[in-house]
Amino acid sequence: MAKTYFTSDHEWLRVEGGIATVGITDYAQEQLGDLVFVELPETGKKLTKGDTAVVVESVKAASDVYAPVDGEITEANGTLSSDPSLVNSAATGAGWLWKMRLADESQLAGLMDEAAYKAHIA
Amino acid sequence: MTGDDSKHLPLEDIHTAAGARFGAFAGWSMPLTYPAGVMKEHLHTREHVGLFDISHMKLFEVSGPQAVALLNRACPLDAGALEISQSKLSFFLNEAGGILDDLIVTRLGDTRFMVVANAGNAVADEKHLRELATNFDVKVEPLDRVFLAIQGPEAWAALSRAGIETGSLLFMHGVEPRKDWFMSRSGYTGEDGFEIGLPEADARDLVAKLLEDERVLWIGLAARDSLRLEAGLCLHGQDITPETDPAAAALMWAIPRDIRASGAFIGADALRAAVERGPAQKRVGLKPEGRQPVRAGVALFDADGNPAGHVTSGGFGPSAGHPVAMGYVAASLAKPGTRVFAEVRGTKIPVDISSLPFTPHRYRKG
Repeated sequence: MAKTYFTSDHEWLRVEGGIATVGITDYAQEQLGDLVFVELPETGKKLTKGDTAVVVESVKAASDVYAPVDGEITEANGTLSSDPSLVNSAATGAGWLWKMRLADESQLAGLMDEAAYKAHIA
Repeated sequence: MTGDDSKHLPLEDIHTAAGARFGAFAGWSMPLTYPAGVMKEHLHTREHVGLFDISHMKLFEVSGPQAVALLNRACPLDAGALEISQSKLSFFLNEAGGILDDLIVTRLGDTRFMVVANAGNAVADEKHLRELATNFDVKVEPLDRVFLAIQGPEAWAALSRAGIETGSLLFMHGVEPRKDWFMSRSGYTGEDGFEIGLPEADARDLVAKLLEDERVLWIGLAARDSLRLEAGLCLHGQDITPETDPAAAALMWAIPRDIRASGAFIGADALRAAVERGPAQKRVGLKPEGRQPVRAGVALFDADGNPAGHVTSGGFGPSAGHPVAMGYVAASLAKPGTRVFAEVRGTKIPVDISSLPFTPHRYRKG
């Protein structure tokens, strides 16, 4: 059963079988506004928690999306190259950004669950 | 978040009720976007009517027997040659010919003018103008007005429905249709449109009437910026600064030929020398290849990897459908079609020098 975690930087990650699918929250996409470009990472790239994994660009500004945990990129959401607005319309679904193999599952313990995240943005 | 010392728009309550998201700009707390979002706001302005609150900008009335003389000293302008109701883009220059601010000057009468200045420079502009005015028989009066821009192909129709006939007013002309009102056919979007300075109570009435019209939508500062960038218009503090002169900024068209030659405006000698030398760098349009925006501050390189200039404004052009930018490049590279490279986060993105504007102007010139 997949479990979803949240970070204070407004990323979500859904973990299943040691692989996390990562995206930005609906709150974050709303704050950013219409996205026009997503700079995706290369598969195989190793990230440490807090590294910039993806850069999302709105009409006005570029924003970093950070790796919420340590791990290695296994897949980037290539659909976003032609349709970055998917992040706006389906932030927690088809607008996911990348998948990564977790290096240390114990890091998940430091993340928020949905209720805690809702309280965080309230 | 905006600091406590941010200035607030007189109509802030209306923007809040409209769901605006505010941000700090030039010392003001300004509506950046509304619920429609910057993309829809931008496109709506090009297709219908965008309503902008630009009350952060400042209107000055300059009047008196020597109003022409003062303006001719303050700006590279032949104020006396303006017809009544004619507007002209001009500048305050420093002694080095650098642009302190860009302004619109409109002649309202033989010895009476309206000057519209940028928000960020309004205080300095007033001080500058007042200091100059001590040598002239003239009065400089900052006006307390709400300032609205109504922009887009249906702007005149929406105003007409709201009871304001714009009639035969042409682009870059301004009139006083009612007491304490100033209305010009101008704007900063590349579209046909109007800017209206008026007392707050009248503004509340006008806004209410305009918003009854489904063609009219509030537009925030974010879309105003993407609209003006597509239209190839400069933002002071970014594309033009006290370090750039009108020759480098490709704005010499705003200075009449005889004034260039013999005008006694502040900065005249330096500007003449700069024109004589030819600018080392020129302002150009920049069209990045692909979809990745290239933004202000990004460095530009030539094909051999040598520094070639920098980007002063950049983003995505919703109407153009691709990233758009503006910046300065070495004069030898300024020809449209020349390829340069922008370094964004370590990657060199090909960028072509482009003629401006990116979207055609649709001013009503006659």
